[in-house]
Amino acid sequence: MLGAFQDEDGALTLGNLDALTSEAAVSALKGSLILSASTALLGAVLGAVLAYLVVSLPPRSLLRRGTLALSGVLAQFGGVVLAFAWIATIGQVGIVTQLVSDLFGADLYGSGWLFGLPGLVVVYCYFQIPLMVIVLAPAFEGLRPQWREAAVNLGASTWSYWRHVAIPLLTPAFLGALLLLFANAFAAYATAAVLVSQGQPIVPLLIRQAITSEVILGQANVGFALALEMIVVVTVVMVAYSLLLRRTSRWMR
Amino acid sequence: MTDHTSSHGLAVALSDLTRVYGPVKALDGFTLDLAPGELVALLGPSGCGKTTALRILAGLDRATSGTVSVGGKDLTRVPASKRDMGMVFQAYSLFPHMTVIDNVAFGLKMRGRDGASRRTRAGDMLDLVGLGEHADRYAHQLSGGQQQRVALARALAIEPSVLLLDEPLSALDAKVRVQLRDEIRRVQVEVGTTTLFVTHDQEEALAVADRVGVMNAGRLEQLAPPAELYSAPASRFVGEFVGLSNRLPAEVRDGVAALLGREVPVLPGSTTGAGHALVRPESVSVVADAAGTATVATVMFLGPLSRVTSTLADGTDVVAQLASSDALRLQPGDAVRLEVAPTPVLVVA
Amino acid sequence: MTPSRSFRIARAVLLLVFAAYFFVPLLAMFDFSTQVRGSAPGRTWDNWTFMFRDEDLRSSIVASLLLALLTVVLMIALLVPTMVWVRLRVPRAKKLIEFLCLLPLTIPALVIVVGIGNVYSWVTYLLGDSALVLTFAYVVLVLPYSFRAIDASLSAIDATTLSEAARSLGAGWFTVVVRVIMPNISGGILGAAFISVALVLGEYVFASLLRFDTLPVAMAALYKSNGPAAMAAALASMLLVSALLVGLTFLSRDRHRRNPGASS
Repeated sequence: MLGAFQDEDGALTLGNLDALTSEAAVSALKGSLILSASTALLGAVLGAVLAYLVVSLPPRSLLRRGTLALSGVLAQFGGVVLAFAWIATIGQVGIVTQLVSDLFGADLYGSGWLFGLPGLVVVYCYFQIPLMVIVLAPAFEGLRPQWREAAVNLGASTWSYWRHVAIPLLTPAFLGALLLLFANAFAAYATAAVLVSQGQPIVPLLIRQAITSEVILGQANVGFALALEMIVVVTVVMVAYSLLLRRTSRWMR
Repeated sequence: MTDHTSSHGLAVALSDLTRVYGPVKALDGFTLDLAPGELVALLGPSGCGKTTALRILAGLDRATSGTVSVGGKDLTRVPASKRDMGMVFQAYSLFPHMTVIDNVAFGLKMRGRDGASRRTRAGDMLDLVGLGEHADRYAHQLSGGQQQRVALARALAIEPSVLLLDEPLSALDAKVRVQLRDEIRRVQVEVGTTTLFVTHDQEEALAVADRVGVMNAGRLEQLAPPAELYSAPASRFVGEFVGLSNRLPAEVRDGVAALLGREVPVLPGSTTGAGHALVRPESVSVVADAAGTATVATVMFLGPLSRVTSTLADGTDVVAQLASSDALRLQPGDAVRLEVAPTPVLVVA
Repeated sequence: MTPSRSFRIARAVLLLVFAAYFFVPLLAMFDFSTQVRGSAPGRTWDNWTFMFRDEDLRSSIVASLLLALLTVVLMIALLVPTMVWVRLRVPRAKKLIEFLCLLPLTIPALVIVVGIGNVYSWVTYLLGDSALVLTFAYVVLVLPYSFRAIDASLSAIDATTLSEAARSLGAGWFTVVVRVIMPNISGGILGAAFISVALVLGEYVFASLLRFDTLPVAMAALYKSNGPAAMAAALASMLLVSALLVGLTFLSRDRHRRNPGASS
């Protein structure tokens, strides 16, 4: 599979790489990075909060089990259906849009921000938060009650327990999840493909344009170049992550 | 934090503690006093409430009623973080992201001690438990026994008013368990801290404690020095839970039990009339006698001692513990005579 | 330590906020799907029955379901014998297999599409342009998830001892794999199948860019002409997938319950 991709090396002239520096490509890369970073961060923080809330429930509580099961479903939930769901919610005639305009007379829909980058942030969080929950919940569950009790016994307040024990222990899992969320958002395509019909604010959509357009010849190779760019970004993130992890989790080895 | 010298130890009083979890009474009017510097072991089957008692003393659990006081001060409403108690948990309580020395120094850090004095004190504590060399390792690089030593050093570093040990040996191998048990006793005597040691292992309790409290169903059945607990159980539960006992039919009259054709004094708390005497295997001797009414069933070699099981005419099995040199002369099927030593026994209904 | 009262109140409030964020879009979709076309007032189930009436949509549903079935069959046929074999006979290769199976997870699906675009023009040339040829791509796509499901259940049983016991009793290798190992990892295989079905039913990247008419592609196309009907179909597929995935979590929980942990 990768081989087929690399076979194009001959065709991968400087011209194609030049395409990466075109204005459209640069702004798409910027869009992708902003989207991935912001939804990874938002998803990670909100997801961590939700994971903590859920894990603080009694182990057998139905709410806890239900939320974890539902998170498993929603984390896989993307693409066409998700786009539809948000169009029905805050699209032009979405129920929340109508509710807000009926109650407050405000125009939530605005000039169609849902179909641009800001909309994608809101929509992507819908699968980023649950993904964070299922990735981080085991880490919270892995915090042994003895650690908290030992800390308290040795005179730690709740705050110093979090500051000195819980947060350092959770950091590697949190960073790992953050990276996963970033890569997840960076690679996501389907939701954006359905939602965004004008312009190519992110790299995947630019690739779609490159490989589906039959008008301009040689565009397919631009697609390859963009795909290569995606791989490079993901690789860079991975490497950065493993370096970071090495620093924060010396104690694991 | 108070900076009392722990070498004297403080008196601990748990008074009339009751703890109710839903329909379950984990503690039911539990009262226990520890003398300054004393090591008391709480012994009992799982679910008897011994861990609940320890956690209430630590402040990790709240009593439904009753009071906790240490050194005459009422601590019932004091939060765990201000109680100044050092606790060693069953296992895995070391903070995995800190080195050994940082673990030991954690309590001092929480007390705002400066870095240099923290390190010195933590180093001293590690030397005390014989792990000075391992200061910069992480918990997972240590064996289970070493981890528990670090946990002990960590608990002692804060110069606690009371040392609490919650089954600290139960996750270890048999050999390490014995070693560390003796080590804990040595260190405890050295620092002189009043200590509560919770365990379900009677050998452990009898070996380390000044006094052992046997618990059953949320109550203290008996609190006594190990030897007394063993030789003079106050109740049937204690007699059967601590050590091995034969239940032999006996007839009690005027404070004397007729037992295997012999008269044996009875302990306070015994019934009168027909009952069963709880007789230790080492109180029974087996004598080869062709006219004897008992028959040897099995001889089990245990090293210096052997355990001989004989069957009485009425079918009751009696276990006796003899020196191996004597026991090995007996063969299964031999006719023997059983004799009971004249030590007082508890006779129960 | 039991949580304090104020913490519990804060927790309830926050959980409600999260619930609103996650459930309102689903309710909105349902609301939308029962609207009468052309924003006339009133409610109708017409949009829900549309998916059975419309020829195009129906054929795409059939194609997607068939794709899911074929993917599952091929995945099991490839993965299970390989994994069992590796575990029993060549444990050294385990790392390699694991790496290969998790590889698709690290490469964006879109990049894979770009990479196999050429391959697929050959595949469709040789095998015809039925959507079912997507099976090959989908097997790769579901590999990481299926691998982990099966690997987890394989690790939970002591495959080596089981096979040694079976072989000492005279079983051949085929019997070992099919009669001894497979029944013991049926939970993992079922889990792998469920998650594969869920992934295949929602997959859009491959299908749309390689231009095959699967359910998600058909829904996206339908949305332009008949929004409410597309919403209904989307919600229906979402419910089916949720049922599968929730079923999966309960399945794995049952498995845990049968062998309770040693830690209590």
